[in-house]
Amino acid sequence: MSDQEIEYAALLKGRHRISTYFEWVCRIATISALLFLAVLLAGVTWQAWGWLDTQFLTGFDSRRPAKAGLLAGLWGTSWLIFFTAILTVPVGVGAAIYLEEYATDNRLTRLIKLNLSNLAGVPSIVYGMLGVTAFVRMFGMLSAADGWTIAIALGFGTLEIPLPLGRCLLAGSFTLSLLILPVVIIASQEALRAVPPSIRHASYALGATEWQTIRHQVLPAAVPGITTGIILALSRAMGETAPLIVVGAMSYVAFAPGNLDTPMGAVQDPQRVLDAPFDVFTSITIQITNWIEQPKEEFQNLAAAGSLVLLILLVVFNATAIVIRNRAQKKITW
Amino acid sequence: MNSSPTVVTANDNAQNEEPRVDVTSTDAAAATPEESGEASVRTSRPVVAESAITDASHAVKVRAKNVDFFYGTNQVLFDVSLDIPEKSVTALIGPSGCGKSTFLRTLNRMNDIIEGTRHTGDILLEGTDVYDPSIDVVLLRKRVGMVFQKSTPFPKSIFDNIAYGPKVAGLKNKAKLAEIVETSLQRAALWDEVKDRLNSSAMALSGGQQQRLCIARTLATDPDVILMDEPASALDPKSTARVEDLIFELKKNYTIVIVTHNMQQAARVSQQTAFFFQGVLVETGDTHSLFTNPTEKQTEDYITGRFG
Repeated sequence: MSDQEIEYAALLKGRHRISTYFEWVCRIATISALLFLAVLLAGVTWQAWGWLDTQFLTGFDSRRPAKAGLLAGLWGTSWLIFFTAILTVPVGVGAAIYLEEYATDNRLTRLIKLNLSNLAGVPSIVYGMLGVTAFVRMFGMLSAADGWTIAIALGFGTLEIPLPLGRCLLAGSFTLSLLILPVVIIASQEALRAVPPSIRHASYALGATEWQTIRHQVLPAAVPGITTGIILALSRAMGETAPLIVVGAMSYVAFAPGNLDTPMGAVQDPQRVLDAPFDVFTSITIQITNWIEQPKEEFQNLAAAGSLVLLILLVVFNATAIVIRNRAQKKITW
Repeated sequence: MNSSPTVVTANDNAQNEEPRVDVTSTDAAAATPEESGEASVRTSRPVVAESAITDASHAVKVRAKNVDFFYGTNQVLFDVSLDIPEKSVTALIGPSGCGKSTFLRTLNRMNDIIEGTRHTGDILLEGTDVYDPSIDVVLLRKRVGMVFQKSTPFPKSIFDNIAYGPKVAGLKNKAKLAEIVETSLQRAALWDEVKDRLNSSAMALSGGQQQRLCIARTLATDPDVILMDEPASALDPKSTARVEDLIFELKKNYTIVIVTHNMQQAARVSQQTAFFFQGVLVETGDTHSLFTNPTEKQTEDYITGRFG
């Protein structure tokens, strides 16, 4: 053995030891993250134990902890996320398709792409301020005495749109939509970029137009990624509190938006559905925040129960996303 | 993506010339203005090329005239003029980066997809410039089909892969589509292997089958010209042989231009060969004489394996 080889052999043990150390460092990092999560979940469940009952899920908020419920928040959050999704999906996916498939690569597009990432990092309260100015007050342009109301008569009721929107549910949805748009656009862009260019070229070479190539080749392949991005963004919107406080969500509301407190209510009185978007609102997160601020000890338990409900909703939401993604992926066998 | 290409075409020559395919006279006419340019590069071109084309049964299908091509400011093709006779196989050979694939992609304007490219000169398909405003690029690509180096089956069923071209063109009749799928697969010598599983995914086929599927898919659009960019380079010898047999069969009905790195392949399948080097078309002629008796030193060095 040469001197060099002897030296190498002496070093070998040390190299293996460092390798083992590093593995343990990573393992401890993972375990501690899981441990914190477990403690958190256990703590919340412990506090919420006995409070998460039917009364809690079907009752409105009350000054007496025993009678307080989350129903207004459940309806508020559902409506908020519903409208946020409707507003965000077409705009977000459309913008991503434009940026990835159509836009020429010039300084302007690069600037837009760069700023999308910056926008995704803007604190949510800033979006709240924007929401107040743009949607709640509409830049003060329509501030005649009580504002205006556009009434549109539909067969089953009248759609009354107040202008400016005021502190209504739809203003909250617009704000949340702005908040998550950058995330949806970036996720969709990445999903589109992951589709191999060779597929596009093959499609063009067979005489397909740009739209046909996007519709039949690019989008089907990108749908799983886009869906995941959308659902994750909506989950984030579901957990937001700050921008909703700024746009004027009510911390104490004892009715659901549009007084629609059971799904059957929509059938019995469709007018309620039309009223809901323009009604005052609260959300699960706002109710939790409100309860935490209450001096009475029992409200802390209610806050924990509310958090647990939110967590369960998020898990269900993400599970749905995974199912949708897997279904879509099965259709595309690379 | 920029569908209106940023292209400067030197149309002067095209206007002077008969759009009809009158082989001997137009070729002579084309050669004259061209010779006034840099003579050193082109002196080799005419003699052999014309002898290949004067065969009366093969009129010129595609004619490239003085084509320069640029990626941004980087020029990759220098004054390439080449006649491609119909219903025969023309092989483009040369070392990597010599511009043969770029030249191939100008023929059906696939280079339009890449931003910042431009060209000068004319590419005439049956006498009409493919960059002429009257030519719709979507229709052009239906007429001039393309098979890529890497087989790119769509993540769909075999049937849907073949039916894609006719479908996007607007054919909805199911019986007609089924008929096209069958004839295309038969022409591509794939029908017997897949006829029982037309609805299973095309991704499950072997590499060689996938490439024949891609050829069948191109045939389904009923093209005049088929461009093949190293269609067999990723295949095993057996699959390569099948694809070569197929090319041999297809040349009865189609004009085929094939880019290949494989000299034996060029010699086996093609009737004409064009040798590119550093963006210049060095020599062109009928395959047999180019391989046995090249005029240019560079050609000889390349085909004997001294470089490239």
